[in-house]
Amino acid sequence: MFNRLTAGLLASTMLAGTAFAETKITAVMHSGLRVLDPIITTAHISRNHAYMIYDVLVAQDSQFQPQPQMADWTTSDDGLTWTFTLREGLVFHDGAPVTAADAVASLNRWAQRDAGGQVIMDRTASLEATDERTITWTLTEPFVPMLDVLSKQSAIPPFIMPARVAETPADEAITEYVGSGPFRFVEAEFQPGLKVVYEKFEDYVPREEPADWMAGGKVVNVDRVEWVNMPDVQTAVNALSSGEIDYIEAMQVDLIPLLEGDPNVVVEKREPTGMQTMVRMNFLHPPFDNQQIRQAALKAITQEPVLAAMVGNPEYYQVCGAILGCGTPLESTGGSDTLTQGGGEDEARALLEEAGYDGTPVVIMAPTDLVALVTQPVVVSQALRQAGFNVDMQPMDWQTLVTRRASQAAPAEGGWNIFITNWMVPEISNPISNPMLNGRGNDAWFGWPTDETIEGLKEEFIDAADAEAQVEVAARIQDHAIDNVLLVPLGQYTLPQARRTTITDMIDSPVPVFWGINKAE
Amino acid sequence: MSGYILRRCLAVIPVMLLVAIFVFLLLRLTPGDPAAIIAGDMATPAQLERIREAMGLNDPIPVQFATWIGQLLRGDLGVSLISNTPVSVMVADRIGPTISIAVLTILMSVVIAVPMGVLAAWKHRSAADYAVMTFSVLGFSVPVFVIGYLFILVFSLRLGWFPVQGFQPISAGLRPFLSTAFLPALTLSTIYVALIARMTRANMLEVLGEDYIRTARAKGAPERRVLFRHALRNAAVPILTVIGTGFALLIGGVVVTETVFNIPGLGRLTVDAILARDYPVIQAMILLTSFLYVLVNLLIDLSYSLFDPRIRY
Amino acid sequence: MAQTPQPGAAMQPVLRALRLPSFGIGARLAALILAVIVVLTLLAGWIAPHDPLSMNPMARLQGPSQAHPLGTDNFGRDIFSRVLIGGQLSLIIGIATAAVAVVLGLVIGLIAGFFRTADAIIMRAMDALMAIPSILLAIALVALNGPSVGSVIAAITIPEIPRVVRLVRAVILSAREEPYVEAAIALGTSMPKILIRHLVPNTLAPLIVQGTYILASAILTEAILSFLGAGVSTETPTWGNIMAEGRQFFRIKPELILYPGIALSLCILSINLLGDAARDMLDPRLKKRAG
Repeated sequence: MFNRLTAGLLASTMLAGTAFAETKITAVMHSGLRVLDPIITTAHISRNHAYMIYDVLVAQDSQFQPQPQMADWTTSDDGLTWTFTLREGLVFHDGAPVTAADAVASLNRWAQRDAGGQVIMDRTASLEATDERTITWTLTEPFVPMLDVLSKQSAIPPFIMPARVAETPADEAITEYVGSGPFRFVEAEFQPGLKVVYEKFEDYVPREEPADWMAGGKVVNVDRVEWVNMPDVQTAVNALSSGEIDYIEAMQVDLIPLLEGDPNVVVEKREPTGMQTMVRMNFLHPPFDNQQIRQAALKAITQEPVLAAMVGNPEYYQVCGAILGCGTPLESTGGSDTLTQGGGEDEARALLEEAGYDGTPVVIMAPTDLVALVTQPVVVSQALRQAGFNVDMQPMDWQTLVTRRASQAAPAEGGWNIFITNWMVPEISNPISNPMLNGRGNDAWFGWPTDETIEGLKEEFIDAADAEAQVEVAARIQDHAIDNVLLVPLGQYTLPQARRTTITDMIDSPVPVFWGINKAE
Repeated sequence: MSGYILRRCLAVIPVMLLVAIFVFLLLRLTPGDPAAIIAGDMATPAQLERIREAMGLNDPIPVQFATWIGQLLRGDLGVSLISNTPVSVMVADRIGPTISIAVLTILMSVVIAVPMGVLAAWKHRSAADYAVMTFSVLGFSVPVFVIGYLFILVFSLRLGWFPVQGFQPISAGLRPFLSTAFLPALTLSTIYVALIARMTRANMLEVLGEDYIRTARAKGAPERRVLFRHALRNAAVPILTVIGTGFALLIGGVVVTETVFNIPGLGRLTVDAILARDYPVIQAMILLTSFLYVLVNLLIDLSYSLFDPRIRY
Repeated sequence: MAQTPQPGAAMQPVLRALRLPSFGIGARLAALILAVIVVLTLLAGWIAPHDPLSMNPMARLQGPSQAHPLGTDNFGRDIFSRVLIGGQLSLIIGIATAAVAVVLGLVIGLIAGFFRTADAIIMRAMDALMAIPSILLAIALVALNGPSVGSVIAAITIPEIPRVVRLVRAVILSAREEPYVEAAIALGTSMPKILIRHLVPNTLAPLIVQGTYILASAILTEAILSFLGAGVSTETPTWGNIMAEGRQFFRIKPELILYPGIALSLCILSINLLGDAARDMLDPRLKKRAG
């Protein structure tokens, strides 16, 4: 009774503050937003924030195909000159029109931080604003996946900012948050790690096409979106049941039964592809500087226990041996039978013996504070121990892990042997941008493999004439990556979202977006 | 008297200076690199080095310390490494919930605990005394977060009396404020009630054995007057002290309670900052809470004279 | 408590306190509970039906069964075995913290109490250390040094030290005014001898009481550190980290918090009750009133 009274009072005080009834969506996202510069971080929450307030030139649709968003494009017959033309009506939140110069400045800053951007820049002769609305990008050699890189959803999409903001050095965070996206960032109400507020940007002109993932018209039907952070999902579940919030981006699967039977709440998978969870080893130090021992570790691991401990209900996970992800155009599962079906333990022992493993401890970094990464190291440690590895699982918070994984020191001196992380499948579905498939030693992603074969295969992939040829190269990439153990895929999972039934028409993209969405009174 | 007050106030300075040195050394002498946090997860060593240089992290430790103290003296708490927001703004955003819940907790605790303690002492060795004592030991023995979850389970989910999470400031009205702040404050009170009830009981027992109480009783003063006018007044000083020392406990409890009830207060700000290695925020928060602790204890020291007529400066 | 006429006599109340029959019924019950907990924990290796680390994620979060008397956790590990074994590390952390805090506090307190010149500096430093909220200090210490058992113990110990120092110093300050100490000084007895023979014994009784409280609060603090994400690894179970891990399943499986919570609360409750009993026993003023 008391709480109903309170709820009534709350509602009336809230309404009293606004002259008209505005539609507001209160959402609990998977983590709190702290970093507002989407170019210097690969944090998903910063990327999601960026999709709210910034726009991109080219965007990916649900078939993983690039589609025009801010710009249309043409390409010369030799594949060397790309011309992007900004569509009309694009304005920044401060009222200034979006110009080609803004786009060029933004692309330049982005390319300094993004692996895919660097690949393009290596082949770039010039990148220029040829008039107010035209960007001309001239390459030194053809680069077929150009649009795939420019339209990718993650790590890192090239968001377009005003030139004055994009001139911030790429290793400093921006301090002005003006975009040309469908929502406006309300800086006065921003509480880092706690709460972010967005308002509909009235001057945004959506494309005509229907929205399809990140492509198509971004039509905003609500006045205000608030992201609030609740580190404990149970708290969020309680708040959703009582109507204090409208939406939870990532439900813990174990808690779904709490919402079953609540007629006002729907639990569902937003998008089909999900996340890949995977093991990365350090190629610089024993024992994993030895390929056979890496293979032994791969054989020792079976995906299902990892996924079961992490997710619980099998409806929400999938064993998957494809390093480029299952359900993607380039999926191939060569060499992954023991991962998906088990039974590799004997083989692991044999490999260990053959390689002369001397009991060098395997330092596994285990995060303690990220629900999505807490369980995997525990199960993997157990599996490696059973196969005969000497495992030293070291708990640490995520920030320590992030700092420490950058260390190339020996594991006993502050380095590491194994860490585990998760990727959105679209982030790893392309061999060019999949960070694990970088074999350039010190310039590679953490783990630093020196692997000329993979670099050669990627060149072949870039040069592949058509989709069919790409699939063929991708299968060889899969075989090699498993053989050299560039990563150990642990399978795929999808954390379902939960929403009040009043929230409808949500776009089923990997990035949760708030255009298209409707809220009933 | 004013000389005493001045001396006590001045004594705060060396203590706070030492706290500042502790905090600073704690962060500088332990592993962890603020530059790596700013640089993000794709930074090259050269980028890192540039950031370190720009942040002054390559300066000798004493120089860094002097720079920081200089900033503090100008009232500049620094800027969060993670979100680029001035720490003072973050604190201002979040201090409301924490202070209001802390104050509510202290009020509730005193209201509950003092009568409990008086009762226990008055009915020494009775069932009531044992009940109070058991409760007070129990309050120390059950972790705050367990109590918090139990309260949520019973009062919010089963009985539906309170919202399960969140916070409404007093400015939103007394009713909304109380509906969100009551359970967290009650949770926090358990330790405090335990502490104050014990202290009250112990001191009342002592005072009740004094000659002047016997005299008062012999003169036929009504029991309530004896208890609350004569005895409690004299037992007040140690009770006040325990509120002061318990303040540290309260801060610890606030950290946990804010996490359990999802209250956007200073406790969560600090824990998040520690886990994220947001050095300026950690430094500022520890310094601030310590200052608050020192201040509260100073005020309590100074207020002794109000309660205990024997203390005069 | 400093009124003992002779050196060595201070040990008397300690010995008296250890004669359990003179305790009240509550304290005796507490002693019994604590004894049961300690024995179960010590024998956990033999009693526990399962390896506390052996997991079966395919059979996770199950209810009580013949094989798993208290059910399984989110890795499919046996909760009963984990709570039993978890007690070991919880108690070790508690005991280690109490021991280190008492010893360090005693040494620093003796120095402060006996040497006037050191006193001011030490006590200001202790004031400063006490001013830092202990939980914040402990989280920071663990987070920055890495969550090993050693750093957890250090993190819980450091904030406890000032309280011990203050206690020891107070006892020493009043004891050194005693005629027998002044006499010893006058007779030219060496400083270490005075400290150890005449002053330390005075501190023992209050230190034992204080030690039990530190023991109890250390076990509790470990749990809170785990709860806040700064505890030891789940591979070495403690009551605290079992609860911390179980917290995200509180709504669907409250047992994960309930059972270790009960074990921990009972343990702390009995330690506190014993501490109270010891204090009543050792405090002559309370004794007088009781008689």
